[in-house]
Amino acid sequence: MDKFTTHTGTGIPLRRSNVDTDQIIPAVYLKRVTRSGFEDGLFAAWRSDPDFVLNDEAYANATILVAGPEFGTGSSREHAVWALQNYGFKVVISPRFADIFRGNSLKGGLLTVQLDTAVVEELWKAIEADPSTSITVDVVNRQVRFGDTTTEFELDDYTRWRLLEGLDDIGLTLRHGDSIDEFEKSRPSWAPRTIVA
Amino acid sequence: MAKTLAQKVWDAHIVRQAQGEPDLLYIDLHLLHEVTSPQAFDGLRLAGRPVRRPDLTIATEDHNVPTTPGPIVDPVSRTQIETLRKNCAEFGVRLHPLGDEEQGIVHVIGPQLGLTQPGMTVVCGDSHTSTHGAFGALAFGIGTSEVEHVLATQTLPLRPFKTMAVNVRGTLPEGVSAKDLILALITQIGTGGGQGYVIEYRGEAIEALSMESRMTICNMSIEAGARAGMIAPDETTFEYLRDKAHAPEDFEAAVAYWRTLPTDKDARFDTEVDIDARSLTPFVTWGTNPGQGAPLGASVPDPQSFDTDSARVAAQRALEYMGLQAGTPLRDISVDTVFLGSCTNGRIEDLRTAAQVLDGRKVAQGVRMMVVPGSVRVRLQAEAEGLDKVFTDAGADWRQAGCSMCLGMNPDTLQPGERAASTSNRNFEGRQGKGGRTHLVSPLVAAATAVVGRLASPADLV
Ligand code: SF4
Repeated sequence: MDKFTTHTGTGIPLRRSNVDTDQIIPAVYLKRVTRSGFEDGLFAAWRSDPDFVLNDEAYANATILVAGPEFGTGSSREHAVWALQNYGFKVVISPRFADIFRGNSLKGGLLTVQLDTAVVEELWKAIEADPSTSITVDVVNRQVRFGDTTTEFELDDYTRWRLLEGLDDIGLTLRHGDSIDEFEKSRPSWAPRTIVA
Repeated sequence: MAKTLAQKVWDAHIVRQAQGEPDLLYIDLHLLHEVTSPQAFDGLRLAGRPVRRPDLTIATEDHNVPTTPGPIVDPVSRTQIETLRKNCAEFGVRLHPLGDEEQGIVHVIGPQLGLTQPGMTVVCGDSHTSTHGAFGALAFGIGTSEVEHVLATQTLPLRPFKTMAVNVRGTLPEGVSAKDLILALITQIGTGGGQGYVIEYRGEAIEALSMESRMTICNMSIEAGARAGMIAPDETTFEYLRDKAHAPEDFEAAVAYWRTLPTDKDARFDTEVDIDARSLTPFVTWGTNPGQGAPLGASVPDPQSFDTDSARVAAQRALEYMGLQAGTPLRDISVDTVFLGSCTNGRIEDLRTAAQVLDGRKVAQGVRMMVVPGSVRVRLQAEAEGLDKVFTDAGADWRQAGCSMCLGMNPDTLQPGERAASTSNRNFEGRQGKGGRTHLVSPLVAAATAVVGRLASPADLV
């Protein structure tokens, strides 16, 4: 995964709450067996409406999605993260994310940033007034900056370090193979096995 | 220190703890299906990594298998299924494919095989993994990259969850089921009400529930935003497990351990919610998220009646999508389709209760009713009991096992504008087919609705 230090781009306003993962990527797109190419399914149902904001030329190059609260609720499909990334989004901003989605996104290098409802409202107004408004999302300082506004966001140290280093999970865990071996010795003998020798 | 059930299970699985890092947690059981696993196996292959513990891993085909006999017509679905078969063969993972006696919805087969046991950590690339919490296991859904992580390491780096107690006072009245209880709870606390929490369901009403009803409750924890749902193991749990294929050989040793798991008397939860079982009646949803529900005896709410702007807007939008008018009695809503099935309500007890209602009755003219058992074993059991006959005599469609219309990945979908009463767990826009309208209901309500043609409970039939 790529290192994420700071990203500057433009935003797109998605004034909807409870954007669930079925909306982000409808189930019919989940049948693929690869990791790429999911951009065509992003918000597929909504995109068939010409007035939907993703169809607005003014936001064609946006890399930061600014959405309403409870973004990413519903099914745990990680395809939602891939679809957003494949489409070109680097950051999603929302007043609140569903846990699984947020976990998936940060692990995959899609930065999810929780900001107060008031700040999101301010950001919406700014990008609606001027779609070319430049937004900087800074992982180093845990800040979002646009216009005259600078606001901080929460990101735990560990996740921040991983984003900054572009580290993948499995490699990190495999460095502790000894602890896993050790733990396995302590498991009860009656713990169920799917394959019985 | 006094601990909750969730804390005990967590603590018993810590492989490694370090300041400022997530805990590394050991995973006892990893369930796989065709939709969320291909990219995980792909990742392993790319990195040249094996599956660390194939003997703690099991796979089934459920999400997009057809529920009518015959081959998989849709080429993409077939590719996913074939990919799973190839991956399981290559990595040595046990698979129950289509046609196998143990095939079925992943959350139905784990418990049915006795692989889900108290005190375990259980994961699956599927949010309704919370189902397994009914056994006092810590069970939760994970994403595909986590699936890959568990395949490679049998562990997951995780941050502790907060704990929430849902205290259910009193007992459920006659004709009110676990599904009504969980739908009412989600409406009470909202789809974000459980965010960040592991919910432990407690109290008299919960203790009185069968294992299958407990699974219905835990299954829908995720719809309240919770990470997992749990119920303390007790005699009901032990009895359920005793004769299962994978029950511990040294059953008494296991039971002795399981008895240590329930939450200590003076343990504290981060938050508590109370709900009175005695006040509950059959409960259905009217909107497009599982928190938009009301008692069957109520009417479609007025969006203006909600407290917050976003709730008002959401309700307004939901009514538009659902094609409903505020003030319409819920009992006046007619449906085109009734779906009985899914990992929420596709087990044998669900089929039995629905069959009782349908026995000697007919599905209303113009209504199609689909009955989809959660697993092949459930289907065989139902057939042995003659339930299939009851369904087909009533005019319902008796199908093969799978997820089916719960998510409409196979050909079982709603047409645009079509309205369904569904025993599944999600009424999101388009969940059961593009433009389809879903009312979440219990198996009892589903059966009565099929007969009346409008949302109804068995009490309306006499
Ligand atoms: S039945 Fe529905 S909720 Fe359950 S695993 Fe299948 S698709 Fe998911």
